[in-house]
Amino acid sequence: MNGLHDVLLSGGVQADRVIDLWRLLLWVCSGVFGLVLVGLAWALWRAPSVRNGSRPLHPDGPARARLLHWRIALATLVSTLLLVGLTAASIATGRALAGLSLDGALHVEVTAHQWWWELRYEDDPPGALFSTANELHVPVGRPVLLRLRSDDVIHSLWVPSLGGKRDLVPGHEVTFTFRADRPGVYLGRCAEFCGLQHAAMSLQVVAHAPAEFDAWIARQREPARAPTTAQRERGRTVFSGASCAMCHSITGTDAGGRRAPDLTHVASRRTIAAGALPMGEESLAHWITDPQSVKPGTNMPPTVLTAEDLQALVAYLGSLQ
Amino acid sequence: MTDRHTLPVTADQEHLLEQTWRDPPGWRGWIGAINHKTIGRRFIVTAFGFFIAGGLLALLMRAQLAGPQRGLVGPDLYNQLFTMHGTTMMFLFAVPVMQAFAVYFVPLMIGARSIAFPRLNTYAYWVYLFGGWMLFAAFFLNSGPDAGWFAYPPLAGPEFGPGKRVDFWAQLITFTELSALVEAVVIITTIFKLRAPGMTLSRMPLFVWGMLITAFMVLFAMPSVMLASTALLLDRLVGTDFYNPNEGGDPLLWQHLFWFFGHPEVYLIFLPGLGFLSTILPTFARRPIVGYTAMVLALIATAFMAFGLWVHHMFATPFPELGKAFFNAMSLLIAIPTAVQIFCWIATLATGRIVWKTPLLFVLAFFFILVLGGMSGLMLGSVPLDLQVHDTYFVVAHLHYVLIGGAVFPLFGALHYWFPKITGRLMSERLGHLSFWLMFVGFNATFFPMHWLGLHGMTRRVYTYPAGLGWEGPNLLATGGAFVLALGTAVAFANAWWAWRRGVPAGDDPWGAPTLEWATASPPPAVNFPAPPVVHRRDPLWHAPEEPTHVAGLALRQREVLVTTVRDAEPDHRYRFPVPTPWPFLGAVATTVLFVGSVFTPWAVVWGAAPVAIGLTAWFWPKKDDRDAQAIALERAP
Repeated sequence: MNGLHDVLLSGGVQADRVIDLWRLLLWVCSGVFGLVLVGLAWALWRAPSVRNGSRPLHPDGPARARLLHWRIALATLVSTLLLVGLTAASIATGRALAGLSLDGALHVEVTAHQWWWELRYEDDPPGALFSTANELHVPVGRPVLLRLRSDDVIHSLWVPSLGGKRDLVPGHEVTFTFRADRPGVYLGRCAEFCGLQHAAMSLQVVAHAPAEFDAWIARQREPARAPTTAQRERGRTVFSGASCAMCHSITGTDAGGRRAPDLTHVASRRTIAAGALPMGEESLAHWITDPQSVKPGTNMPPTVLTAEDLQALVAYLGSLQ
Repeated sequence: MTDRHTLPVTADQEHLLEQTWRDPPGWRGWIGAINHKTIGRRFIVTAFGFFIAGGLLALLMRAQLAGPQRGLVGPDLYNQLFTMHGTTMMFLFAVPVMQAFAVYFVPLMIGARSIAFPRLNTYAYWVYLFGGWMLFAAFFLNSGPDAGWFAYPPLAGPEFGPGKRVDFWAQLITFTELSALVEAVVIITTIFKLRAPGMTLSRMPLFVWGMLITAFMVLFAMPSVMLASTALLLDRLVGTDFYNPNEGGDPLLWQHLFWFFGHPEVYLIFLPGLGFLSTILPTFARRPIVGYTAMVLALIATAFMAFGLWVHHMFATPFPELGKAFFNAMSLLIAIPTAVQIFCWIATLATGRIVWKTPLLFVLAFFFILVLGGMSGLMLGSVPLDLQVHDTYFVVAHLHYVLIGGAVFPLFGALHYWFPKITGRLMSERLGHLSFWLMFVGFNATFFPMHWLGLHGMTRRVYTYPAGLGWEGPNLLATGGAFVLALGTAVAFANAWWAWRRGVPAGDDPWGAPTLEWATASPPPAVNFPAPPVVHRRDPLWHAPEEPTHVAGLALRQREVLVTTVRDAEPDHRYRFPVPTPWPFLGAVATTVLFVGSVFTPWAVVWGAAPVAIGLTAWFWPKKDDRDAQAIALERAP
């Protein structure tokens, strides 16, 4: 998997702001930490070393106690001012993040499942709705508004280089906004522990130049390509005949299952099984016959097929660009 | 303070007191002992036993994460491992071990002959032990909880968490919370009513203050999680819908209730750690602490503010922005009371004279580790930054810096400091230094790279990770560090074992310390103080004795203690304490049967109540002696 996945390498304005705040806190905190250690070292250097059990010192006289107390009070005051300053900076950054303009935003509905992401593009024209999985394509420079929901347990959407994190809590519908300002691939992961395959629930955000994005979305709206060879034709038959169609759908065929990722343009994606394997016929064959060895606990059942059927099925799926 | 050997008590009287106060010998002592030192010793050993178990689970996890895509443990076992690790460390080690030290040392530090409610204290210990055994039995039967130590529904609910795994987890909460609440009552009563005459609140050792405040926090925080986990059990066992969003429940309800307990929980681990520092630093700086009043007020302020932070565990959930700003501010401002204490300690060291011994090393590590953890805590308290690093390894690094730096290093300092009092023997300085440096280096090698991992996108609670993201090196370093840390811990325990068998005899007061526990023998006699001391100053052992030096006139053949007033510790009345009995043990067995049974059927609550009732009735069955005790209680001291 290639792509940015780093809090400190930003792909958009939101993450930029957080990096600025991070730098401020890093410097202030490192400075304070250094001062505490210097203070401790100074204290230990200043105080003489004595043998165990040597006679204890008397309590401080009033003048000396007052001096010490004033110094402690002064250090406390400085700490308090610093903390108030950091609080103000955090709140200011939070306000700036919330102030992202949503004019002309792209709307996508994100549904988290154990252990994959369903993405439904609801943009106009109405009726041109389509569904894809684990790969969120967005145009550069245009705000994106995600409507988030969870189908089962709590998940959390996190794409480090685009900034921020949002929990998907069953029974609550929340929104999340961001803007990718530089084209590229940004890796995301589910951040809230969600069961056996929490580790393998990744999401890729692909930010395109606007024209490229329009081309992508136009292709995604089309129904699946019809098979052009006999082998692919056989593959389509295998798909409908085996248990695949119970859960998956391919627009333009009889397969209309909604439990699992939409496969209409599966071969156009970079990975399968939420980032578990790179896209390719070999991976597809592995995933179909023995998914539990790739993602133990996944809801995808193993499918027993003859070698020819498997080859045909993989060839068909591999053609669904 | 007078030397112990010139006490106004004859050898015969001392012998008689020993007869009166000691636990029964042999097997009857195993189940019947109620002396707070016996229970405290068992408590400490048990808590360290769970610490070792939790540590081994962590080593297994680190071994799995040493490289990408390793197959040492699969996701199912890994999820159990991190759930067991978190649950064990939080519920079976960190909170109980602090209470265990309090059970042993609070009565000694306040000059009392016993802890209050010794039988209840015993019951709390057994309930805790049996709860821990149940959890590990479930784990070894492949029914270990696997939904995280925070057990968020719906993952922990009946639909997505089938089997009995989460039920055992929720029932463990019931066990440990019952134990912790009972201990809180015992500790508060001990501190308020059994202090030596003259030990006013403003003369109390700071560790005692820390435990008093911790006990009050327990009283307010624990009922929240007990309520939450009971509701979770009901959802799972009898089909209620507290957390079921499809039937009008809400998973966020759990998170609020859990973190309303969970954040104060961090501070009830941390405050006793602060108490250890304030106890150990003056002894090894050879001077009274600077800013005693400020220290006490800082502890109290921390306790109050700790209840206003819980939402910073939930910044990513649906929650109003204005509310987040409040919790953001609180999360940063709670650093102020800790800063005050750090300044006071540095002033104490700067104006003192330093004795370089192992306990001091362990508490000095606090200044590096805890302060660094505090700094990453400020970053996590800031909402925009938290939303980036929440639920990543950055948080794993932070919480271990805070808990291990704020509690475990001071705890090992306390172990080395008080070990001679418990056993009468000194631990080896050479092994002590070795274990300290292994632990310090191992700790930082384990957890510092995790900051980097979190910032570079590695999320928590993953059983494996893909190659090629640049996470391999820091993970390998962390795994190596974990084994060094484990080695350091092993050296410390080996040191304790060796010292217990054949360490150098310590004498009453090996460190020249100021507090009352050093005024009696090492190990202390069953009665603690054959002649209970009278306190005139804050650091009583650092001052010449003043009249009166001791309390006289308490019974020799009865377990009689002097009860004093809450604020000024003026003598109030004599009170007779109960004798050893197996009923707290048997009551705890009956309670365990009820709790474990109700994992399987709600009817266990009904049928299990009968043996519990029998046990408690026998426990409290009045005896002729007790009427005499009441008569004594009425007879006020002059």
